[in-house]
Amino acid sequence: MLGLKKISFLMTGLLVSVSAFADYSWNFPEPVTPMALDTLHVHNKFMLISIAIFLVVLAIMIYSIIAHRKDKGFKAVADKPPSTAVEIFWTLIPFAILLLIDFVIMGIPAYHSVVMMENTREKADMVIKITGSQWRWQYEYLDGPAQGVKFVSNLSTPSDQMSVGYAGDKSENYLLEVDNHLVLPVGKKVRIIMTSTDVLHNWWVPQFGSSRVAVPGFLRETWVQVEKEGVYRGQCKELCGKGHGYMPVVVDAVPDAQYETWAAAKKDEMAKESAGSDKEWTKDELLASGKTVYEKNCAVCHQVTGAGLPPAFPALTASKVALAPIFGADGKYLPDSHLDRVLNGKGVMPAWKALLSDSEIAAVITYERNALGNTVGDLVQPAQVKAARQ
Amino acid sequence: MSTTTLAHDDAHEDHPAGIMRWLTTTNHKDIGTMYLTFALIMFFVGGMMILGIRAELFKPGLQLVNPDFFNQLIGVHALIMIFAALMPAATGFANWMIPLQIGAPDMALPRLNNWGFWLLPPSAILLTLPFTLALFGIGDGALATGWTFYPPLSVQGGIGVDFAIFAVHLLGISSVMGSINIIVTLFNMRAPGMTLMKMPMFCWGWLITAFLLVATIPVLAGAVTMLLTDRHFGTHFFDAAGGGDPVMFQHLFWFFGHPEVYILLLPIWGFIPQILEAFSRKPMYGYKAQVYSLWGIGALAVVVWAHHFFTAGMPVPALLYFMYSTMAISLPLAVLFFCWIKTMWKGSMSFETPMLFAVGWIILFGIGGLTGLVLADVAADAQYHNSYFVVAHFHYTLFAGGIMGIMAGTYYWLPKMTGHMYSEKLGKLHFWLTAISFNLTFIPQFFVGLAGMPRRIPDYALQFAEFNMISSIGAFILGFSQLLFVYNIVTCAKGGKKATDQVWEGAKGLEWTLPSPPPYHSFTEQPTIK
Repeated sequence: MLGLKKISFLMTGLLVSVSAFADYSWNFPEPVTPMALDTLHVHNKFMLISIAIFLVVLAIMIYSIIAHRKDKGFKAVADKPPSTAVEIFWTLIPFAILLLIDFVIMGIPAYHSVVMMENTREKADMVIKITGSQWRWQYEYLDGPAQGVKFVSNLSTPSDQMSVGYAGDKSENYLLEVDNHLVLPVGKKVRIIMTSTDVLHNWWVPQFGSSRVAVPGFLRETWVQVEKEGVYRGQCKELCGKGHGYMPVVVDAVPDAQYETWAAAKKDEMAKESAGSDKEWTKDELLASGKTVYEKNCAVCHQVTGAGLPPAFPALTASKVALAPIFGADGKYLPDSHLDRVLNGKGVMPAWKALLSDSEIAAVITYERNALGNTVGDLVQPAQVKAARQ
Repeated sequence: MSTTTLAHDDAHEDHPAGIMRWLTTTNHKDIGTMYLTFALIMFFVGGMMILGIRAELFKPGLQLVNPDFFNQLIGVHALIMIFAALMPAATGFANWMIPLQIGAPDMALPRLNNWGFWLLPPSAILLTLPFTLALFGIGDGALATGWTFYPPLSVQGGIGVDFAIFAVHLLGISSVMGSINIIVTLFNMRAPGMTLMKMPMFCWGWLITAFLLVATIPVLAGAVTMLLTDRHFGTHFFDAAGGGDPVMFQHLFWFFGHPEVYILLLPIWGFIPQILEAFSRKPMYGYKAQVYSLWGIGALAVVVWAHHFFTAGMPVPALLYFMYSTMAISLPLAVLFFCWIKTMWKGSMSFETPMLFAVGWIILFGIGGLTGLVLADVAADAQYHNSYFVVAHFHYTLFAGGIMGIMAGTYYWLPKMTGHMYSEKLGKLHFWLTAISFNLTFIPQFFVGLAGMPRRIPDYALQFAEFNMISSIGAFILGFSQLLFVYNIVTCAKGGKKATDQVWEGAKGLEWTLPSPPPYHSFTEQPTIK
């Protein structure tokens, strides 16, 4: 009775919701890598076995619940000690069935999946390195046409949409959109080397079927081979602090030719970027660029207004660090100065030297000192940041 | 017999009255009652936290809390539910029922028992204080790492992490003392003739739990102490820069953490068969098989820990070992399921509230067990891991398998403990509301997890919206239904229809030979078991 009610409840729920919303998904999203396909098959098979076992056992229980009731006058029948043959039958047969299910029907495909999942090195066409940081991903191409390309991928959902009490429309890919997509060629086996600069992260795209924890100080490996063109979205899935829900993964899988064009364009962009660090920037240029960099990287903690979230995330408005001088008499930056803090971090504040370019760091520091209610008046030039790195 | 016991006991009932009675008591029933009351209060504290979370997740966008506070809520919710609600509830039953079931006057180590309980309130304060202060703008709040304390996040965290570490220390000491007391009691104070293989199943469940606690709590204590020294004294156990490894913490933590699951469940696997036999009016099936299975699960519990972090990376042979050993747990567990159902089979069943909870428990815990079996698959685990699928899975084992089991036990023993019958009508209503809203809460989480929603995120993408809304509605019904539970318990404690000694027609065991409620000192004359 209990089970029946629950099932009928479930079934109605299922039917009502299927017809009412087109948005429901009941299983893994469409797999686009061999691994995800394998995972889906394994999952479906195991689920069917589990559901079958569950239903058989449930049916037996329900029958007993209906038939063997005191209020129907059913008298308890004592279990007689079984004869040896019966006992052996009732012990060995279920054990044999379970052993078969666990270690043959489920166990053998599971073995092959594990071996496939861990086979990162064989026949890899290219290698990329993924670095997790609070709370963004950094991608670096280690070989092939895009060798040397390196960029940071930040959440690009406008911050007002994510703020408390926002009531307007949300963008289509709310929380699953980034400024720089990871671009991978279709059909190539990509070996992924993964690490982290601060805490544990986990790079996960559900349609790829691979997820691996990024461990600071260690290299972990996984691989993907995207078989279908498209844009694929995922998220960090290891709790990594307050921005954990805000570090999505977006991957463009494109044909080879398009990948090569993209790689060339990206290299051009990087060349311009490094040229930018040599020229003298005006205050307006620095402030304009600094605002963008600030809102993308710093506003998560220090807030768009610079008010911070004390005590964990201090305010920048009228902050001691932001008001104190950066450079000493010898032209070198001072310890614990604004530039030192941004480059090297301290405590919860991440080190940005590996994540931002010279011009970005120069711009954001200038912005923080001349906006957000601060009026220090000085500028930091990209060349000074470049010098500070050495 | 009961009248002579009563008369004999009244002469010794010279305990202090009022608050001093409860502070100084070494009586197993008083301490049991305090454990159970504490567990019930903390169940609501942890429940309110999760309702805060479900309210936030009702729709996409941030509505109520900021992400940092959200992270505090999830971690403290888990720690409270596990350490301050489920474990004390099981210990409360142990204190109340083990002496009654084995025919002893009290627990073997009554003063240790008192201390074991009184460590709990301070640790509950340690857990909730930083959190409460933060609500008033003082300090940076409780630990925001989830209940698992994973470094480096926990090394980076604020003072809330230290509070939680010390809370875990106190809770651990309390658990180990409780366990030692139970082991000593069970080995030394059984009535003449009660051999180990005649012990009630609940005692067996607790004996194995107690051994698991004594074996694994020190490992947890060690791990969090290493974390503490990493945070404050410059050690580098979990810091690669100093030669340590963050993943080592996960091994240490889950060496405790996986047995912990069985620590929470074994006492329940003990008394559920007793409830089934009582309401099926037929002796439990396969006593020996059940005892051996409990031991089998207890032994497997300590060798499967790494399946909690397959995605953290380990060598292929290790992955395969932990996968296959985890799957092997299904063997003894299947024996238990078989025995439970065979106990019901051809019984003369009636469905009072304890039986409803027990039967619902078998079904829902079954779902938890079967989803656990697929989670053992390493490749598929890459998808399930840290998604809402896992959240749904472990709530089927720990809410349905844990808390609903505790509720079955509560209704079963409440007339014995209070001497009054509870309201059967309210009890049944409580069961149906709980069972239905529980499924309404957690079935959508299976699907939203498969679709790719990670756990522990304060805000989510739009495609997860509908399922989350259903889940939140379910959670609120589930939460408010529990008020019925409290109301029923309180009214039952205050008065109501007098309960007989036997209470339930088919109930078996020494606890039902004593009056309801039992005298202050349980068995002053040892009963003899044939």
